[in-house]
Amino acid sequence: MIEFAMQKAWLIPFLPFLSFVLIGLITKRSEKLSAFISIACILTSFVLAILVAVGIFGAGEEFIEKSFEYSARWFSMPGLEISMGVKLDPVSSMMLFVVTLVASLVQIYSLGYMHGDPGFSRFFAYLSLFAASMLGLVIATNLLQMFVFWELVGLCSYLLIGYYYFKVSAREAAKKAFMTTRIGDFGMLLGILFLQIVFGTLNFTELAEIVPKYADYGITLGTLNLIAILLFIGPVGKSGQFPLHVWLPDAMEGPTPVSALIHAATMVVAGVYLVGRTLFLYKTATTAAEVVAYVGGFTAFFAATIALTQIEMKRILAYSTVSQLGYMIMALGVGSLTASMFQLFTHAFFKALMFLGAGSVLHAMHGKVNVWDFGGLRKKMPYTAWTFVIGGLAIAGIWPFAGFYSKDEILLEAFNTGHTGLFWLAVITAAMTAFYMWRMIFLTFFGEEKAENHPHESPFSMLLPLFVLAFLSVVGGWVALPEHGWGYYIRLGEHEAGHAPAWMIATATTAAVGGIALAAAMYWKKIISYEAVGKAAGPLYTLSFNKYFIDEFYLWINHTIVDGLGRLLYWVDIYVVDGIVNGLGFFTKEAGAVLRHTQTGRLQNYALILFAAVVVLVLYMYFKSPAAAMIVLGGGN
Amino acid sequence: MIGLGHFLVLGALLFCIGLYGALTKRNAVAVLMSIELMLNAVNINLVAFSRYLTPDYIAGQVFAVFTIIVAAAEVAVGLAIVIAIYRDRLSVELDDFDWLKW
Repeated sequence: MIEFAMQKAWLIPFLPFLSFVLIGLITKRSEKLSAFISIACILTSFVLAILVAVGIFGAGEEFIEKSFEYSARWFSMPGLEISMGVKLDPVSSMMLFVVTLVASLVQIYSLGYMHGDPGFSRFFAYLSLFAASMLGLVIATNLLQMFVFWELVGLCSYLLIGYYYFKVSAREAAKKAFMTTRIGDFGMLLGILFLQIVFGTLNFTELAEIVPKYADYGITLGTLNLIAILLFIGPVGKSGQFPLHVWLPDAMEGPTPVSALIHAATMVVAGVYLVGRTLFLYKTATTAAEVVAYVGGFTAFFAATIALTQIEMKRILAYSTVSQLGYMIMALGVGSLTASMFQLFTHAFFKALMFLGAGSVLHAMHGKVNVWDFGGLRKKMPYTAWTFVIGGLAIAGIWPFAGFYSKDEILLEAFNTGHTGLFWLAVITAAMTAFYMWRMIFLTFFGEEKAENHPHESPFSMLLPLFVLAFLSVVGGWVALPEHGWGYYIRLGEHEAGHAPAWMIATATTAAVGGIALAAAMYWKKIISYEAVGKAAGPLYTLSFNKYFIDEFYLWINHTIVDGLGRLLYWVDIYVVDGIVNGLGFFTKEAGAVLRHTQTGRLQNYALILFAAVVVLVLYMYFKSPAAAMIVLGGGN
Repeated sequence: MIGLGHFLVLGALLFCIGLYGALTKRNAVAVLMSIELMLNAVNINLVAFSRYLTPDYIAGQVFAVFTIIVAAAEVAVGLAIVIAIYRDRLSVELDDFDWLKW
């Protein structure tokens, strides 16, 4: 079985894709059948992914240094050989597990959440395609294959964010997501082309071997840094790093299960995964790695400060995702694949849990989104509330929940590699994370119930994924315990294990507990007046609440520079391009009007002109070359 | 003694008369006749050159015969066109034949 799963790992993305095709072409009319096919396919993929994971991790060291890889030639031309294949190693099999797990749970959850929606089948088709694209990306053997699926993921996010296409805001958000990530993709494509031109291959395994010997390929370290940074622009767009993070909070316009999928498993972690896959590049190009680390660290901090003051549940979660992705990117920047993938692993659980929990709340509240409108929901929705609390504990990093281990791992790596500034930034961010998460939890689930709300607990199909994810949010971090050897399996290259010193654990825990305590004091027990704090913060509060006016800034750029350029080019088009074309037409017309007077219609005029022309020609030839003229005239000797 | 030069001058004169007639006559039939004059001026040249420059060959004279034949055919076609136009316009005046103008 395990052997079969590893040999046929391409089935993992293929099955959801098959379900997409089946639903789209055949079973669209039948909602139940569509949902059944979709869930059956993703669950089969999930089982296969587990088998693959067992095969890879069970084999001990075998696949750590050398991945299990096979591929078929896709196309080739002189100097370019592109294949499609499957690359299984600890990182990709871990991702396969996470993606299929979250996708399965989201689909089961959608059974309840999307019940009665007119586009039910379409929704499942998109979800399947989304999962298929992400899974294809995960097993990619080369950058081009990855890029193809990367774009498919982008397409699916566009379709799903704009799922409620009749809502203007959803359409706008979909476009925004698509175009913002496209900016990143452009940089990434340039990076890929550079790599192909310089190294002549896009295969990860081959690149990992030859990139450290970049000097043999006639480029300097500076060029390599440039390539690495170009490649990194893709993840900046996809994983919502500053300054291309703006699409991610708007992506919540899609149905909530989609947000869970995008934020936890499919879309945004693709960027992290890409950087993880090409980490050999950043190990060599250290300047680029520093850029990656600081972009990640700054994004983590920056997004957390925005999340502090947001009032919409999903928006808070969205900024928290941006912040957590910043952590992962930062971990990669300081060179630790282990910490980053570990954070990705645990984050997928608790973020999916919280998004699905938020969906459950929004489902019960019939479209209210403002956390200030909620309150005391734990009484009517106990399961949602307590699973959400577990998610909150996990993301805050409280022992023994999953986030505790993964966050410590990142802090430790940042500190060990000498990035003390980033370390403290991450600690402050952790405190803020705990604060804003628990602010939301206290406002939503604690405090007094509001009479105008009539919440109800969600159906079982929605609660089941919450239970599973809550369970994993608790135990997910335990794989890192020394006896499980996570750091051992997930590492690439040198060993990255090591224990965080006690003072570091104490600092991180203090930060988290402090954040939660402050949130409790302000929003639950109301010991500290949040209004007074807000006033005291003054302009900082305004900045945070308005997301640093970045959207407005981009809009301003759009209106002034892009539209201004558009107006200029419009003028050029009207007066220069059209002027040339119209001028040609006008000239022809006028020339015709003048020349037509020579067409008298009188035969004898024509004859006269003909004869005169002959005379003129002969005279001309005579003066130019008398001999030639004499030949023409027939008398030459 | 009459020489080649005399014949050439005669041919040139005849050609100029024909050209003048072709360019100035109003009547289409007269124009056709003028064209005949021009053709015959050429014939005179051909025969004269043949007689004086290559007396052993009669190629020039044969060529003149061809020209006469072609001229006859041309007149036949030309007159036919003139008659066709006359049926339409009731005129053989060239000034009336200006339909090809703008």
